[in-house]
Amino acid sequence: MKYSLERRPEPSRVAMAIAPLAAVACTLIICALLVAWAGAPVGRTYVLLFEGAFGSRFAWAETLTRATPIMLTGLACAVAFRARFYNIGAEGQLYLGALAAVAVGGMHGGVGLDLPLPVLAVGMMLAAALAGALLLLIPALLKTRLGVDEVVTTLLGNFIVLLFVSMLLDGAMKDPMAMGWPQSVALNPDLEFSKLIARTRAHTGLLWAVGLAIALWLINRYTVFGFKMRSVGANAHASRFLGLPVTRVMLGTAMLSGALAGLAGAIEVAGRTSYVTLDMSPGYGYTGVVVAMLAGLHPLGVIAASVFVAGMLVGADSMSRAIAVPNYIADVIVAVSLLTMLVATLFAQYRVRRG
Amino acid sequence: MSTASPAAVAPALALRGITKRFGTLTANDDVSLTVAPGEVLALLGENGAGKSTLVSILFGHYMADAGEIEVFGQPLAPGKPEAALAAGVGMVHQHFTLADNLTVLDNVMVGTESLWRPASRRRQASEKLVALGARFGLAVDPQARVADLSVGEKQRVEILKALYRGARILILDEPTAVLTPQEVDGLFATLRGFIAEGLAVVFISHKLDEVMAVSHRVAVLRRGKLVAERDTRATSPAELAELMVGRKVVLPRAQATTRAEQASPVVTLSQVTVRGSRGAAPKLDALDLTVHRHEIVAIAGVAGNGQHALVSVLTGMARPHDGTIRLGPEHAPAPQTPAQWTAASVGRIPEDRHHEGLIGDNPLWENAIVEDLHASRFARFGLVRASAGRTFAQSLVDQFDVRAASLDVRSRSLSGGNMQKLILGRALSREPRLIVADQPTWGLDVGAVAYVRERLLAARERGAGILLVSEDLDEIFALADRIAVLCAGRLVADRPVGDWTPATVGLAMTGALPDFAAVSHSDLTAAV
Repeated sequence: MKYSLERRPEPSRVAMAIAPLAAVACTLIICALLVAWAGAPVGRTYVLLFEGAFGSRFAWAETLTRATPIMLTGLACAVAFRARFYNIGAEGQLYLGALAAVAVGGMHGGVGLDLPLPVLAVGMMLAAALAGALLLLIPALLKTRLGVDEVVTTLLGNFIVLLFVSMLLDGAMKDPMAMGWPQSVALNPDLEFSKLIARTRAHTGLLWAVGLAIALWLINRYTVFGFKMRSVGANAHASRFLGLPVTRVMLGTAMLSGALAGLAGAIEVAGRTSYVTLDMSPGYGYTGVVVAMLAGLHPLGVIAASVFVAGMLVGADSMSRAIAVPNYIADVIVAVSLLTMLVATLFAQYRVRRG
Repeated sequence: MSTASPAAVAPALALRGITKRFGTLTANDDVSLTVAPGEVLALLGENGAGKSTLVSILFGHYMADAGEIEVFGQPLAPGKPEAALAAGVGMVHQHFTLADNLTVLDNVMVGTESLWRPASRRRQASEKLVALGARFGLAVDPQARVADLSVGEKQRVEILKALYRGARILILDEPTAVLTPQEVDGLFATLRGFIAEGLAVVFISHKLDEVMAVSHRVAVLRRGKLVAERDTRATSPAELAELMVGRKVVLPRAQATTRAEQASPVVTLSQVTVRGSRGAAPKLDALDLTVHRHEIVAIAGVAGNGQHALVSVLTGMARPHDGTIRLGPEHAPAPQTPAQWTAASVGRIPEDRHHEGLIGDNPLWENAIVEDLHASRFARFGLVRASAGRTFAQSLVDQFDVRAASLDVRSRSLSGGNMQKLILGRALSREPRLIVADQPTWGLDVGAVAYVRERLLAARERGAGILLVSEDLDEIFALADRIAVLCAGRLVADRPVGDWTPATVGLAMTGALPDFAAVSHSDLTAAV
């Protein structure tokens, strides 16, 4: 008896919509085994996990705060992956974006740049986007010109960026008020985002992220550039034959992706941290990869996927304080959900045939 | 069952009531067949008629939902290729299953010896192989590397591989697709040797003349059902075509046009050279070729002799390393990019409709407009004008008879014929001066073939010049005004269709210059 996979000519929309839900359900079942192994009651653990993530106004605020940067890095990955450009460097682009934002909007010498506030606000965001875009342009050019694999260059580039940022935090961008603590000068407090929910950390950066997700969806669906991005991603060879500027589209897509990750850095600084520190991102760039895959690379799906992933991370923190399950379970849930999502997508696109 | 088989003894192979369903599609519907030893049964059918499924079941790649198979009176275990091999069923696939970097002997021996055997019996194997080759006229050097063999020789190795394993029933899947006419004759002579030795042969094809030439009986499959069995001597190509398609089909042929209209060139290639990679032989070697208005120039040749390079330089996918290409009577310099080629009034029909002609994941209507995406009628302010695009796509669908559930279906879900109609419509609707058509009817069913040929002839009538690359000699003789033969990147000869016969084309495909003296006797005497 043999089984084989056969591509469905027209993947059903229902199956594509159910896939992420089924993946999450399977993930929770698989992780329940680990919880049981840790000796904790499975039901209560999950109740605490979800209460910690979505159970109160405060929980929601924390989840949305955490969701904001990973929504942006998720978008960065989704855009690039759609064009088959595997940007694993969102982490580095985020840090460089944060640094660029502080370079424009920071309190250098205690006062900062002598420019009107609106100019600084726009400049801060543009600088972050540009920093991320130009950073990703390097691996993109290496790929299109020399055929260098972008997974390697973007992934390893992260470490170079982190060390570069570390150098600046101890040098040119060092905060003179930090008593030797490695952090950048502070952002101009007038440039910080306002709160989205009073007396919590949730900030209006979330609106930026959701707005960009919707904008990307519109670009994909209605614009010539979106058409080209989809085409090049689906079949670069045919796109070239059919007269689309494949290299330009590839570079444009890479810059868009880098810009989104760079903005994640600026929004974290302006919304939450006020400084650039070396621990400002616990791997948001990598979490973005998972979020993009969970979302099926769909920009609107990224919104839901990032809230789910953020909820697991936040919920696990509060759950682990109440019960003897380490909060690493969140990392396991996120990792397993990536795997189950890949399987679920496979089944949505292929059917199993016996014999 | 037919009675005129050469040997009406116990059948070598008997299929009874084979049924196979894939979801809602019934690929094989209660198919029963027998093949006697010493008989060639032709399995005829269009693409998608169920030939491949049937053979896959026979060879154990698929399990039938119903029905049984007997080989020399013994039931064959279903779903086990090794059982089929052991029972003496040998299969020669259309796409060879040979390891290029190994020798002929290695390829033949692979999988025939137990892994636990301490030493390989190469000498005995080599002797057996040579003996088999001598017996059936399939001489191949056992020590030759497969990569160095010609396509015809590789096919011989495939057949030898089956014989080496003791095959008594040989299944050949579209074996002539890659051969020159001379090689086809050689293959047929080999098959006659097999039946003289009492082997049974199942010959799968959709080419009627070959079926008529080589088989004793013909079984016609249509939509999974066995619709007819005929004695080859008692049938005709016309009857078989009708049985295969289910209705009468007349394949259009070119009518001669007046020479005066052909004076104006649409594309002129002079000394066009495309070098091979890293010192390999050039893919195109100083090629001179002109296509005129109202003219179809067919490029004949065995696959892999420079056709791909020629089409690449004429579609913007590659630039010649040397030589010039000029467009139109004004000898305009050749465009650079694919988009510029389209804009220069060149209609391009690529060989690979799945991976080059269409973007399979995009909806039908987007594929209809993708070549014109820069045009203001389909884009404004950076936005795609979807309604204009859909209107245009609908007009293509109507004019070119593309059968699709809606304009939004992914184009990968279209059948091959409908994909080709969409590509044809996209290329022809702009009324191009030059049409570059690379294997435009490859793999299509007869109805779609007739349609594509009709459209190309209509374009020629309108005044387009057409460069037709084809491996189908019937098609070339049916459509071409001139035939140019490519061999190893060189143009062997370029002459009006009347100067050629299939035999001389076949000879030229091997690189030899045929003797045209019989035809152009007057030219010769004038020269003397």
